Amino acid sequence: MSCGCCCTDNKSQELDKIIAKYKDSRGALITVLHEAQEVYGYLPLSVQKRIAEGLNVPLSEVYGVVTFYTQFFLNPKGKYKINVCLGTACYVKGAGQIYDKISEILKIKGGECTPDGLFSLDACRCVGACGLAPVVMINDEVYGRLVADDVPAILQKYIDQEAELAKA
Amino acid sequence: MSEYVTLTIDGIEVKAPVGSTVLEAAKSAGINIPTLCFLKDINEIGACRMCIVDVGARSFQAACMYPVSEGLVVKTNTPKIRETRKVTLELILSTHEKKCLTCVRNRNCELQKLAKDLNVKDIRFEGELQNHPIDDMSHSIVRDPNKCVLCRRCVSVCKNVQTVAAIETVERGFKTIVASPFNMPLKDTPCVNCGQCIVVCPVGALREKSSIDRVWEALSNEDLHVVVQTAPAVRAALGEEFGYPIGTRVTGKMVAALKKLGFAKVFDTDTAADLTIMEEGTELVERIKNNGKLPLITSCSPGWVKFCEHNYPDLLDNLSTCKSPQNMFGAVLKSYYAEKMGIDPAKIFVVSVMPCTAKKFECERPELASTGYPDVDEVLTTRELAEMINEAGIDFRNLPDEQFDDPMGEATGAGVIFGVTGGVMEAALRSVPYLLTGKDEGDIDIKVVRGVETLKEAEVEVNGIKIKAAVVHGLGNARKLLDKVRAGEADYQFIEVMACPGGCVNGGGQPIQPASVRNEIDLRAERAKAIYAEDEALTIRRSHQNPMVLKMYEEYFEKPGGHKSHKLLHTHYVARENYPEK
Repeated sequence: MSCGCCCTDNKSQELDKIIAKYKDSRGALITVLHEAQEVYGYLPLSVQKRIAEGLNVPLSEVYGVVTFYTQFFLNPKGKYKINVCLGTACYVKGAGQIYDKISEILKIKGGECTPDGLFSLDACRCVGACGLAPVVMINDEVYGRLVADDVPAILQKYIDQEAELAKA
Repeated sequence: MSEYVTLTIDGIEVKAPVGSTVLEAAKSAGINIPTLCFLKDINEIGACRMCIVDVGARSFQAACMYPVSEGLVVKTNTPKIRETRKVTLELILSTHEKKCLTCVRNRNCELQKLAKDLNVKDIRFEGELQNHPIDDMSHSIVRDPNKCVLCRRCVSVCKNVQTVAAIETVERGFKTIVASPFNMPLKDTPCVNCGQCIVVCPVGALREKSSIDRVWEALSNEDLHVVVQTAPAVRAALGEEFGYPIGTRVTGKMVAALKKLGFAKVFDTDTAADLTIMEEGTELVERIKNNGKLPLITSCSPGWVKFCEHNYPDLLDNLSTCKSPQNMFGAVLKSYYAEKMGIDPAKIFVVSVMPCTAKKFECERPELASTGYPDVDEVLTTRELAEMINEAGIDFRNLPDEQFDDPMGEATGAGVIFGVTGGVMEAALRSVPYLLTGKDEGDIDIKVVRGVETLKEAEVEVNGIKIKAAVVHGLGNARKLLDKVRAGEADYQFIEVMACPGGCVNGGGQPIQPASVRNEIDLRAERAKAIYAEDEALTIRRSHQNPMVLKMYEEYFEKPGGHKSHKLLHTHYVARENYPEK
């Protein structure tokens, strides 16, 4: 039976297996969270609750660990993962304004995903392309030397691309 | 036999037991090292760095965690240490919401005192202030993260002492706050409203949800008959708010103050505690005789009841169906008393003064309104009562002693000891022989169930019926015992559980004593002394001899466990989901 959220039967069974594997080993929480995130793509309440019950750790502690480490996500990632570099070079070249512009247009904050699942927004540290600062990555594509006014057109490209796909 | 080492602290030679800390050793030598996050037995994590000392290592060490060793040389008071502590404190203060004048902990704040003690005259840094929403959706507890200093005492008491773990430190760096999972409001978590987080908080980040305004409003409404009942533990601690030593009994002055505040009648919840013993004792006897669900577990402590609903839904049938004394009293006031006095129950406004924040939640339970009106209309904590007394300009210390009002003011020593761990059990065991045989048997003082040991046991035998009883206090201890019951490894017939360590005397609504006091004195034991003193001072000490209770049965309830009792004095429980997904 599907619970109607992100988890389908298969994912749920995989999570059970992960929990069963580490049930009796101390200090396994982070490993379980990693493996669960590989299955689900992120760590929603329902998944954290099952991990807490399965490992006999309070949910508050699970949530504390998830929010402490930046590699764990509370929200799903979009089909197009936007990473705005906020490293020193990009930041002084105005990456902050670009980040804000994306956030404003998509109506999401960092770490969140648009309701249609298309875009997610995150800040990242130096991607090693300081010469192109400020830099934004959307999945594997790199956009450099941007100003805030470039943002609408870039996003529109992906929206149009999706519309084409939908028609086909 | 413990071994000792010799160390030198500020040039003084100190002998200290192996395994003790520099902080303890310094204390024994009369040297005070400032602390903020440290709370003995509850939070010993060296997080705040206020207690740093020079032990000759490359960096300063936290005295609250640094173990003593032979020949160790410690300096606690050098210019460098004083300056480092000051900078640390100034950094904490730089991001703290410094609205001290209107803070609930004004003049009783450990951070305020530390700033004074360390002689901080200026905050040299201007930090960004936190801007988190205040969580005031719980009926009992308000959390204000903007005042939090991240000492983690609340997290520790909730997780390690109570094993509730409704809050934790989340996020990291400057964004770190104490919060519930997914920032849920406390009301949506398994929080049991015990308020132990409030009484350990050094600052104003945690407080009770205030009922003061609504009580003032009722008191000035001439259409209402506003009565008040006070729980036994209140009289054992209220004096602390007015400068009396811990453990001073202030029953008479408390009653006088309540009359001055304008309550039409001042009643004693102990009367209802006696009624509870009649009902619960009868329930126990019936369950034993009829092979009913055993062990019977007490249901007076609303923190414990909610804990059971969240964590042991399979044991809800073991809970006594008796309402708590607070709610029994409310139901009696709006039925028997209303009838007897010829007052419309709609016009009776019942206020309780409780040592407890969970009573505020209990008061809001929709099922506790068996007369058609809420059993209790508002609950004040001991602290809130003190605030009202101060606000009204009453000179508490110079009040004459006054007596509780008739007709409901009569209580026994058994009712009084409800306020301390083991008290409900002792009161029950004083009456159970009578309820079984019609004759009194056994000692009045049942000292094996007294004291702060985590698990206490007693056994009585009446007419060949053996009753094995257990007493636990603090929910972590309750969890251990309940796990045994669940596994079928415990053969008790009767169990008393109180949510707070030490019972109600140490409840979450009691006066807040700073760590400097709590580290030195066992509040549980000191306040219990006041309770046992009152028990001994009373002539009637068995609940079934309370003339008022007997009269109530004669005139109204007929018999314990009878039809009317079940309608008005008993209740039911619900299994509660932990962290429901919306």
